[in-house]
Amino acid sequence: MQLIEQFPVIIVGISMFTAYTMLLAGFLNKRLPFIIAMVMNSFFLILSLFILNHVLTVGPIRYWQGGWRPPWGIEYVVDAMNAYLLIIVISLIILGLIYSKENVKHEIEERKHTTFYTLVQLMAAGLYGITVTGDLFNMFIWLEIASLTAYALIAVAGGRALRPAFNYVIMGSIGACFYIFGVCWLYSVTGTLNMADMRLLLPLLYDNKVVQMGFAMIVVGVMIKAYIFPLHLWQPDVYAYAPSTISSMMASVHVKVMFYILLRLFFSVFTINFITHYIGLDMLICWVAAIAILAGSFWAIKQRNLRRMLAYSSVSQMGYILLGVGLSPLSPWGLIGAVAHILNHAIGKGCLFMTAGAILQQEGLRNIKDLGGLGKKMPYASAAFTIAALSMIGIPGTAGFASKVFLILASLDAAQYPFVVILLLSGLLNLVYFWRVIDQMYFVKTEEPKEAGAGREKGKALPLSMIVPILILASLCIIMGIIWFTDIPLPLINHILSNLRMGVTV
Amino acid sequence: MELMTPLFVILCPAIAAALILLSRKQPNIRETWTIAASVIMFLLVLSMAPEIIKGETIRYILFQSMIKNIYIGFNVDAFGEIFAITASSLWVLVSIYSIGYMRALKEHAQTRYFFCFCFALMGALGVALSANLVTFFIFFELITVSTYALVIHEQTPEALRAGHKYFAYLMPAGAILLFGIMTTYYLTGTTDFTPGGIKALVSVSPLIITVLFFAFLLGFIKAAWMPFHSWLPTAMIAPSPVSALLHAVAVVKAGVFGIVRIVGYVIGLDLMHQLGLWLVLAGIAGFTMIVGSFFAITQDNLKRRLAYSTISQLSYIILGAALLNKDSIQGAMIHIPFHGYMKITLFLCAGAILVATKKTNISEMAGIGRRMPVTMLAFSITAIGMIGLPPVAGFISKLYLCFGAWDLGSPYGIIFLSVILISSLLDVVYFFPIIHSAFFGNPEAASEEKRSEAPLLVLLPLTITAIFSVVFFFFPNTFYILDLVKTAAGNLFGGV
Repeated sequence: MQLIEQFPVIIVGISMFTAYTMLLAGFLNKRLPFIIAMVMNSFFLILSLFILNHVLTVGPIRYWQGGWRPPWGIEYVVDAMNAYLLIIVISLIILGLIYSKENVKHEIEERKHTTFYTLVQLMAAGLYGITVTGDLFNMFIWLEIASLTAYALIAVAGGRALRPAFNYVIMGSIGACFYIFGVCWLYSVTGTLNMADMRLLLPLLYDNKVVQMGFAMIVVGVMIKAYIFPLHLWQPDVYAYAPSTISSMMASVHVKVMFYILLRLFFSVFTINFITHYIGLDMLICWVAAIAILAGSFWAIKQRNLRRMLAYSSVSQMGYILLGVGLSPLSPWGLIGAVAHILNHAIGKGCLFMTAGAILQQEGLRNIKDLGGLGKKMPYASAAFTIAALSMIGIPGTAGFASKVFLILASLDAAQYPFVVILLLSGLLNLVYFWRVIDQMYFVKTEEPKEAGAGREKGKALPLSMIVPILILASLCIIMGIIWFTDIPLPLINHILSNLRMGVTV
Repeated sequence: MELMTPLFVILCPAIAAALILLSRKQPNIRETWTIAASVIMFLLVLSMAPEIIKGETIRYILFQSMIKNIYIGFNVDAFGEIFAITASSLWVLVSIYSIGYMRALKEHAQTRYFFCFCFALMGALGVALSANLVTFFIFFELITVSTYALVIHEQTPEALRAGHKYFAYLMPAGAILLFGIMTTYYLTGTTDFTPGGIKALVSVSPLIITVLFFAFLLGFIKAAWMPFHSWLPTAMIAPSPVSALLHAVAVVKAGVFGIVRIVGYVIGLDLMHQLGLWLVLAGIAGFTMIVGSFFAITQDNLKRRLAYSTISQLSYIILGAALLNKDSIQGAMIHIPFHGYMKITLFLCAGAILVATKKTNISEMAGIGRRMPVTMLAFSITAIGMIGLPPVAGFISKLYLCFGAWDLGSPYGIIFLSVILISSLLDVVYFFPIIHSAFFGNPEAASEEKRSEAPLLVLLPLTITAIFSVVFFFFPNTFYILDLVKTAAGNLFGGV
C-alpha cells in the first residue's frame, strides 16, 4: 500500500486529534489553538492536493480501516469528486481561520476562544470525514459531528444567536433522524452499509417499497440540512446572527458537503435508472429547485438586513446546485453545472459573508440602507463585495456566469426549456437585490458621515488578516470565471463524470 | 492569420484602468495613462487594417473552453475592424475632451470616471473584435456594467433613477441575448460569426429561427430601436463626453453592430430573406427613423434632441442591414464610422456650450453662434452632414442607403426610399432652428455678445472631429474605411 493511500484517513484522524490537542494547548497559551489549527489545516491542504493528483493520474483511493475488508469494515473511498470537494473545504476552512483571527476578538468573549477554535476544528473534521467516507453509517457519524459542532458554534456568540441556534438544533436533528432512518431501512433489506456494496445489491430491490422509502427519507433529511426551499426556515436567522466566521464557513462549505451527500446517494449508491424510472424524482427535484431559486430571490429582495439578504440569496443559489443535480440524469452539463456551482458559490458567498462581517465589525452596520458611502470608508471590502455580488448575479467574466452557462446548456440539452427562463430571470432578480447594496456603497450621495453611528472601531483600518482572505476569495471569483471557460478543468470533470457513472464524457 | 494584436488591443484599456487606479492621487499622471492607452490602442487597431483589406482575418484564440466548439477568442474581419477603428480613434479625441471638460466643471469622482471609461472602451473593442457570440456577450455585458457608473455620475436621485432605468432595459435584454446565444449553440453546435450565416441553421424549423431572431432583436435594444428606446434619452443625464462617446458611439453602436452581425453572420442573408424577417426589421427601422425624428423636434434640451436624433440615425444602419443588398449593407457599415464622427461632434458641442455658458436648453441659445463661433461652426457642419447634404460624410452613407433601397425594386423599394428622404427632411426641421437661432437670433442679455469659447482642450477635439467629417466626404478611404467596407461586403456577397 502506498503512503498516499493513507492520506484521507490521516486528514480525518489527525483533524480529530488536533481538535483535542488544541483544547489542551489553550490552557497553556490563548494563541496556540489558532496557530495549531492553521498549521495542521495547511498541512491537510497539501495532502489533499497530492490526493487530487493521485486520483486524476492513478485512480480512486480505497482505504480499509483496520484492514477489514468491506462490506464488514469501514471503507474510505476518494475519487475525483471527493478530492475536488476536499480541497474546496480545506481551503475555505483555512481562509475562514485567517479571517477569524481578528474577527473573534470582536464577536466572542476571550474566555471562549479556545473552545471556539476547538469546535471549528471538530466541525472541519466532521466535514472532511463526510467527504472521504464510503460508508453510509460512518457518514452519519461525521454528519452529526459536523452538525453538533455547528449548533454550538452558532450559539457561541450568545444573545440573539441563541434562538436561531435552538431552531437549528431541532431542525437539524429532525434531518439527522430522517437520514439515519433511511440508512437503517436500506440496511434492513440489503444487510450492508458500504456504498459500493449497496450499489451492487440494490438493483434487484428497486421495486421494493422499503428501498424507495429509505431513499426518500435520506433525501428529505439531507435537504433539511441543505436548506432546500421550503425546508429553509431555520437558516436565515442562523446566518444573520451567527459569528461572521461561522456564517461564512456554513454558507460556503458546510452546505456544500450536504449536497455532496446527495450526489453520492443519487449516483454512487443508487443509479440514474432508479431515480428516473423507478421513482421519477429527477423532474420533481428540478421543479423544487426552480421554486427555490425564485422564492429565495423574492425573499432576498424583501430583506433589509444585509446578512439576512445574503442568507436568502443562499437559499436561491442552493436551487442552482439542486437544479444541476436534477438535470444530470438527462445531461452531463447538469452535473457539471452543479459541480462548478459548488465551488463558485463557496467562494462567492464566503466572500460576501466575510465582507458583511467586516462591515459589522468596522462600522457596526447591519442594514442595507445604512451602507451609504462605504466605498470610500472601506474600499477593499466594498470592491470585494462588488466582485462577489457580480459573480452571484452571473455577470460575464465572473465565476457565476460559468455556472449559469453550464446550467442553461443543461436545460437546453435536456429539452427542459422552462428552466432556461427561470435561470435567466433569477439572474435579474439577483441583480435587483445585490445592486441595491452596490448602489448604496458607491453611488448614493451621502451627507457627511454621521458621527452617531454605532461604529465600534472608528478610524481604525480593517486588519490585514481580514482583508487578505476577502480579497483572495474576490479574486478567485474572477480567476474561476476565466478557468471554467478554458479546458483546464476538463480532466477533473471527465473523472467526476465517469466516477459518478454518468456514462458520458465531455 | 494568427496574431496577438487583438489581445493587446483589449489589454490596453485594462492596463490603463489599473494604472489609473494606482495614480488616483496625481491627476496629471492619471490622465496620461488614458491618453497613452487610447493612442496605443488606436495605432494597434490601425496596424491590423492593411492585412484585413487583403481579405484576411486576424485570429487569436485565448482559451478553448470545455464546451465543444466554444472558445474565447478574437477574429478580426473587415466589419469588426470598421467598428474598432471608429471606437478607438474617437476614444483618443474624447479622452482629451474629457480632461478639459471634467476639469473645467470641477467634477467629482474623476478617477472612477476615467476608470470606468477604460472598461467601457474595452467592452466596445471586445465586441468589435470577438470571434463568436460567447466572446461577444462577455464584452457586451462589460459595456453595460461599466457605463452604469458613468450614467449616474452626478449621483443625484434623478441620476440614480436614470441609471436604474438604464439597467431595467439593458439587463433583461442581456438575459434575452444570452438565451439567443445559447439556443443558437444548442441548435447548431457553434456560435462563430460566419459570413453569410451559420450553415446548420438552414435545417432548423422556420418558427424556431423566427423566435431566435426576435430574441436577438430584443437582446440588442442597445440599438435603441422603438419602442425600446427610452433608456437612451434618460441616460443623457451623464456628463457630455460620456453621452458623446458611449451613447453616440460605443454603447448604441455595439447594439447596431450586433444586429448587423446577426443579420449577416449568424442567421444569414438568405434565411432573412426566405423567412421575410428582413421586412420586420426594416419596418421597425423605418418606424424608428420617422418617429424618432418627430420626437427630436419636440425636445428643448439640446442633448435630448441629439439623443432622439441618434435613435433615428441608428435605424438607418438597421435599415441598411435589413434591406439585404450589397449597397444597403455597405451604407449601413459606412454609416457606423461616419455617423460616429458627426454625432460625436454634436455632443461635444453641446458639452462645450455647457462648459462655456452653463446652458442646456435650445431656447436659451439664441445668438450663441456669435459668442462661440468655432463651436457652432463645427455644430453646423456636422448637422448638415446629419441631414445628408454634401460636402459632409453623411451624404455618402445616405447615398449608399438610397441606392440600396432603389435596388430593391419592388414597391418596398419606393417605400423605404421615401422613408429615408422623409427622415432626412425631418432632420432639417430639427437641426435648422438651432443653427438659425444660434447665428441670427438675439440673446436676451447684451452681455452675452462677448466671445467666450470653451477651453482649448474642449475646443480642439470637436474641431478635429468636425474636420474629419468633411475629410471623410472627400477621402472616404481615410483610415482604410471605404476599403474595409468593400472587403466586408465582399465577404458577405462574394467577390469585391
